[in-house]
Amino acid sequence: MSATVELLQRADAANSDLIVASLEAVNKNYGSVRALRGVDFRVRAGEVVALLGPNGAGKTTAVKLLLGLMQPNGGRVRVFAGDPTNPENRMRTGAMLQVGRVPETLRVREHIDLFSAYYEKPMASAEILAAAGLEKLRDRKFGDLSGGQKQRVLFALAICGDPDLLFLDEPTVGLDVEARRMLWEEIRRMVARGKTVLLTTHYLQEADALADRVAVIHQGQIIAQGTPSQIKAQTAGKRIRCITRLSLNSLRQIPGVTEAREDREAVELRAVEAEPIVRELLARDAHLSGLEVTSAGLEEAFLALTRDTAPDEDHSR
Amino acid sequence: MSSATVALSARQLERSPSHTATIYLKEAKYEFLKNLRLRMYTASVLSFPIMFYVLFGLVLNSKEAINGMHVPTYLIATYGTFGVMGASLFGTTAGLASDRGLGWLQVKRASPMPPFAYFAAKVITSMIFSAVIVVALFTLGITLGGVRMPVGDFARLLGTLVAGSLPFSAMGLALGYFTGPNSAPATINLIYLPMSFCSGLWVPFMFLPKVVRQIALVLPPYHLSQLALGIVGAGRHESNATHWEVLLAFTMICLGVARIGFQRDQEKMYG
Repeated sequence: MSATVELLQRADAANSDLIVASLEAVNKNYGSVRALRGVDFRVRAGEVVALLGPNGAGKTTAVKLLLGLMQPNGGRVRVFAGDPTNPENRMRTGAMLQVGRVPETLRVREHIDLFSAYYEKPMASAEILAAAGLEKLRDRKFGDLSGGQKQRVLFALAICGDPDLLFLDEPTVGLDVEARRMLWEEIRRMVARGKTVLLTTHYLQEADALADRVAVIHQGQIIAQGTPSQIKAQTAGKRIRCITRLSLNSLRQIPGVTEAREDREAVELRAVEAEPIVRELLARDAHLSGLEVTSAGLEEAFLALTRDTAPDEDHSR
Repeated sequence: MSSATVALSARQLERSPSHTATIYLKEAKYEFLKNLRLRMYTASVLSFPIMFYVLFGLVLNSKEAINGMHVPTYLIATYGTFGVMGASLFGTTAGLASDRGLGWLQVKRASPMPPFAYFAAKVITSMIFSAVIVVALFTLGITLGGVRMPVGDFARLLGTLVAGSLPFSAMGLALGYFTGPNSAPATINLIYLPMSFCSGLWVPFMFLPKVVRQIALVLPPYHLSQLALGIVGAGRHESNATHWEVLLAFTMICLGVARIGFQRDQEKMYG
């Protein structure tokens, strides 16, 4: 009996040891703007967590708090069970932040050489260049690189110290599809080396492609957490628009329709899956026209999520 | 915990002295390379004092005298001061304002970089560019202007002017914390050019209107140029100690202002 209890306690202790970064009931204000409101959020060793949310949701604020670049107005921020401003922590973390301008006259290898010097045990420069896909660009000046290449240099600077914990703030923002996929590959390679990664993104697809766990943040609050498929199930949905003689009431009774409303001359339906609904619609109304099926955007998905969790919020916008 | 205690109590990592030295060296090396390759910087900072010296010291007035002082020699001291001031202000303010305002400094602060290395690199780079300007003026003066003085005086003049980079680097750091990336160059010019004029760096001091000469007494470039002119024998015979004291006090005030800006930044978010 007592052995079991002891085992459980040991397992408990091990679990709490595994938390490498956490926000506990954290508030952060910029003047009258409440950027984070009572955020509770944990990152465990070895996992890839995506903080998913629209622009201005508070993602960057969360990352900057965890990096010790700002102080919270309330709550507690911990990294490696200590204060995020501990210089020791900076040795074990790497950060890719959104930067307006990086010194443009330095070459790629020079930027990497300088940042590598800050760390006790940096990766070899050849290894960094390979991991970030920069071998052919090593002698280029930063100012001569494309947007995707610049992001890869910032990624290289984040990983050059071979950190245990990586913070990637919107790593692929503004990149085209190909550059985004290349960076994903590089992030996956770091994950394969056993790194813990916290990335922020406003693309559900990116969170899905990279993360073990997703936390959805909206207006400074975490409104949902789960595996990517759990989040997708909550946020995914189709919007069906058509011109039909069927009444709103009868439309609402079609199984799977979660919402029906009039939209000018047409009606708009929402459903998790479109196909069964469309089949039913066509069967019931032979004169149906103007059929359109679109994915509900992430922005709308956020609204749906917040409507569930915070009914007092105003979503008229 | 308040932001001020965080900023003040931020412990330093225990690194070996040789590792720390490597970081400082690389930080300074790349700061220097960065500015050297920045045409905006080299063009304005290096070429203006040299151009002025060639024009007014070598082409136009090389046979003239100011108060019995050989013009090319006199102007090495004043354009030297002018050059040092420009190299130091542009070398610190513009880079710092842009790094701060556009997020680069946050990337560095998130890394284990020793914060002081960043500032030291800017100051060292300013001193190197200052030395380059003074040596260029010497070379031109000796080869084309007939400047002759004991080697010891050359060394003292160079040392004084390069040390004089410090108050202006400190001023640049303070300005860098209170200007934006776009307004920094204009702000520097707004301070640098009138200050140079009023301190007698363009027009010799004794030819300035009386009211300007009185303003000059509180301007740091006046005091640096008087120290430099004293070495070539054209000073106004004021106490050198006073000149150094004014420059030191000015440096301390600027560093204090920069420190306020540094602490304010810990709490503010940019971009």
